[in-house]
Amino acid sequence: MRPFSQRPREPAWIAALVIVLCTAGALAARAELTIDITRGRVEPLPIAITDFYGETPEAAAYGRDITQVISANLERSGLFKPTDPRAFIQTAASLQVRPRFSDWRVINAQALVNGRAQLMPDGRLKVEFRLWDTFAEQQMIGLAYFTAPHNWRQVAHIISDALYKRITGEDGYFNTRVVYIAESGSPKNRIKQLAIMDQDGANHRFLTDGDTLVLTPRFSPTAQEITYLSYYQDQPRVYLFNIDTGQQEVVGDFPGMTFAPRFSPDGNTVIMSLARNGNSDIYTMDLRTRRVKQLTSHPAIDTSPGYSPDGRQIAFNSDRGGSPQLYIMDADGRNVRRISFGEGRYATPVWSPRGDLVAFTKIHKGRFYIGVMRPDGRGERLLTDGFLVEGPTWAPNGRVLMFFRQTPGDAEGKGGTSQLYSIDLTGYNEREIITPIGASDPAWSPLIP
Amino acid sequence: MRFNRLLGPFVAVLLLAACETAPEETAVTTGEGAAAESAEMAAVEAAALPGTQDDLTAQYGDRVFFDFDKYSLKPPARETIMGWAAWLGEFPAVTATIQGHADERGTREYNLALGERRSTSTKNYLVALGIDPNRIGTISYGKERPAVEGSNEAAWAQNRRGVLVVSE
Repeated sequence: MRPFSQRPREPAWIAALVIVLCTAGALAARAELTIDITRGRVEPLPIAITDFYGETPEAAAYGRDITQVISANLERSGLFKPTDPRAFIQTAASLQVRPRFSDWRVINAQALVNGRAQLMPDGRLKVEFRLWDTFAEQQMIGLAYFTAPHNWRQVAHIISDALYKRITGEDGYFNTRVVYIAESGSPKNRIKQLAIMDQDGANHRFLTDGDTLVLTPRFSPTAQEITYLSYYQDQPRVYLFNIDTGQQEVVGDFPGMTFAPRFSPDGNTVIMSLARNGNSDIYTMDLRTRRVKQLTSHPAIDTSPGYSPDGRQIAFNSDRGGSPQLYIMDADGRNVRRISFGEGRYATPVWSPRGDLVAFTKIHKGRFYIGVMRPDGRGERLLTDGFLVEGPTWAPNGRVLMFFRQTPGDAEGKGGTSQLYSIDLTGYNEREIITPIGASDPAWSPLIP
Repeated sequence: MRFNRLLGPFVAVLLLAACETAPEETAVTTGEGAAAESAEMAAVEAAALPGTQDDLTAQYGDRVFFDFDKYSLKPPARETIMGWAAWLGEFPAVTATIQGHADERGTREYNLALGERRSTSTKNYLVALGIDPNRIGTISYGKERPAVEGSNEAAWAQNRRGVLVVSE
């Protein structure tokens, strides 16, 4: 297929030399400055994030931009409440010497972040930061990074992840991207494009031009690659899209529609549905050997397959019991058992990266829900609902989900548009993800290495 | 198909001209408007060239409808498909694709599978009625291409459909 974009992307990883900035007390036991994110609703932690200090105007500009990205990330997580900088008493310059903790306690900032941006003689950008517990008067973490200046945003995300992890004890999810389907035009002939952006909406890019209908993209866990459904030449088939080169390639040579693709956790296999003579079953194709395996063989619809993080089990959607429900089978297709037994119809099972939960879309009495249940089918919990909510995808830390929400449409073609949302696993902190045009079918990337 | 639509008005003009030169001109004076209207309507129907999409649609309709989450053919759908079979028998060179569609009240991937079932059950009935399976392709659009806009039962009923599209 013709490549849509030939522009190779810069290597995403930061050529980082991470230096641990130690001061006395840095290794002290964690004081009260922690957030237990397993609880339902948490009071956001007041945190003062000061502009990273720069000695030159250019360095100071990087410092300010980085601080803004960090502050927005932490605020959006719902776990932190960045203090209004206008309340700050101590200046960024004097902070370079040592925080006056009382100045920060008096404005009720329990945590303080300061840092420094520096342009090195070799052209690299050095960014360092420290996190302080203002009540214990201790440094909790201090790190420095070296990178090409144009990677400043990614450094901001990496620092956000470090702060999140130090305070919550959980891995972060800020240094990630989202691939999704951008939507525009009439509902009857919707134009759909593959699009990609950072998790905060920055660096947005369309990957296809909208001439061909594309659906349901998913990230490879290991490569800069996406698998998705394309109607290229009116032949709906599963494709691979290389994000670096823009190259598109059909997966396998199948006699019918292939759809609902997903990578295996090692990235070597694509699992998908193949429709033959009207019946959809689940198949895998090894991307190295091109070997195809049929996993289900049932006259019912079998679709939306997805692996457990250890690759040993597969959750999927089937109507073999009379209505769409969730099933799990071993990776070889054996030992099929149903796990959803609640009221309504269940679809799109997606295993949490932690392995402890399966997220799903549920349809009951004309409403759609996003929920989670344990892989044994117990502990069902509904997180959000609406006229149409669909397609949950997990942040790599398994604490946040993204999905899309479609509004009802009318006969004049108004409404019927969809947007992306994120929500905490707790069911709190639902937020719209701002995209340039309509959006659906989000897929969250793993942490960028 | 696009070509035929362009051709349509020319055919209509020719037919109207034929009417005007008919030997009995008595009807022309009585209720001129009504006569012209019916002549035009007749012309529109006659405009479809035999063996084209417009011809099929005019004679039998181009679509059949399904119940929610079902792909079994209801009696009106069977009747339509019997018409298609007769029509395809009449034009043995014609090939076609059957599109399967779903309403918006299911998930995207499940609806792709459901649309595939609907297009295939429609095709299978045509084959059972004697049509060569190699003449009929299938494609599922799931919920991606609704025929009618709106989020209500009336619109959804129109969108759960199989559509016979004559190949150009």
